[in-house]
Amino acid sequence: MVVNQKMLNCEQVWREISNYVDGEVDAGLRASMDEHFRTCKRCASVLAGTRNVVQLYGDERMLEVPAGFSQRLEKRLGQRLETTQSGSRWSSWSAWLVPVAAVALIAGGLKLSNSYTFRHPAKSILAAPGHDIPPEMMVVVSDGSKVFHVAGCPFIHDKATERTITAKQAMQDGYVPCSRCLRQYLKTGLTGQHEDDSASAEAESEPEEVVSTAGH
Amino acid sequence: MSGPEVALNNPEQAATREQDLIASVQRGQHELFYELVRPYERRVYAAALAILRNEHDAEDVSQEAMLKALKNIRQFRAEARFSTWLIQITVNEALMRRRRERTVQMENIDGHRSGRGEEESEYAPRDFADWREIPSEALERKEVRQRLAEALATLDRKYREVFMLRDMEHLNIQETAEALGITVASVKTRLLRARLMLRDLLAAGWEQGWFSRLPFEKGTKPW
Repeated sequence: MVVNQKMLNCEQVWREISNYVDGEVDAGLRASMDEHFRTCKRCASVLAGTRNVVQLYGDERMLEVPAGFSQRLEKRLGQRLETTQSGSRWSSWSAWLVPVAAVALIAGGLKLSNSYTFRHPAKSILAAPGHDIPPEMMVVVSDGSKVFHVAGCPFIHDKATERTITAKQAMQDGYVPCSRCLRQYLKTGLTGQHEDDSASAEAESEPEEVVSTAGH
Repeated sequence: MSGPEVALNNPEQAATREQDLIASVQRGQHELFYELVRPYERRVYAAALAILRNEHDAEDVSQEAMLKALKNIRQFRAEARFSTWLIQITVNEALMRRRRERTVQMENIDGHRSGRGEEESEYAPRDFADWREIPSEALERKEVRQRLAEALATLDRKYREVFMLRDMEHLNIQETAEALGITVASVKTRLLRARLMLRDLLAAGWEQGWFSRLPFEKGTKPW
């Protein structure tokens, strides 16, 4: 291979001597520098010293660590690992704990809502069914109301349409006793009312404060 | 001797073992991380020390760099050498520490230190006597390593950092430039000056008797 070789002075050689040691000069420059080193003892000394520096400092033995460095590093990594793992354990625990807690809250909320609903029937206490009403007792009903009365009750809704039927017939037709004229046949407390309720048994198993609250 | 230690004696097996370890740690086997980084702990420490010049800070930054590497291990891609990636993290950590703690001190001004603007000027070697070779075997002696470390410590920071990363950590020119955030041309210029300055320091060390009592074999010294 023919290379373009040219004469170099010492300063030009020094400028490139680091690249020369690293093998990062082109063939032409390398040939010129080789020729210079053969004839210049000063630059040959610079080259030898530069190579020696690179060789010595590049040796693994020049990389020293303080006594106990490895142990302290391993210990710190171990501590981080423990922290990470405990965090990871909590993460996996919380990963399923959160949805379970959410389901429990929803379920609890629904149950509370249901129990509250059962303890508070949509219909008024005034519309409660009677108790021990003589079935053959004659009562008065009228249009526009589902309440039956004893004859002459001032609370009959539409006296123009009143008619007399048996209490049994009235109750079969969905009428309820008047809270004024038939008060003695009505239950007066919620507890007694719940005894007939299909949800009463479940309601009694609820915590006291819930029952108490529902009772107000 | 344990399995991994056996594997490290063979470069190919060591490389394979390292790839396996990287994959395992990336999959979550973090307990293997120390085994992965153990071969590089000295290089990591040296990189940190080159920048911070304080053993305590260098060790602390070394640990921080390792922890950061563990945290970001999934980001490592095989395009780079793992050691290079680790060293670059360390250099970043050390540079951040230095900025944060404002530990940059005024460098002494002597014949081997240079200020801003001097980087572009030529550096002329000072000693032209026949070079007295210091053989690698001399590194077995602690006082020799100590002398070499002292010589390196006298260099201006910008030369020392480049020299450490290039000639001691064996990063290439491009990697050194990226790690330090400087141009390739600057790396080359600083590296040249660092090498020539160290050469002069070692030559002067002969005069000061640094290496005079070394048991060199006859014929190894060219003078």
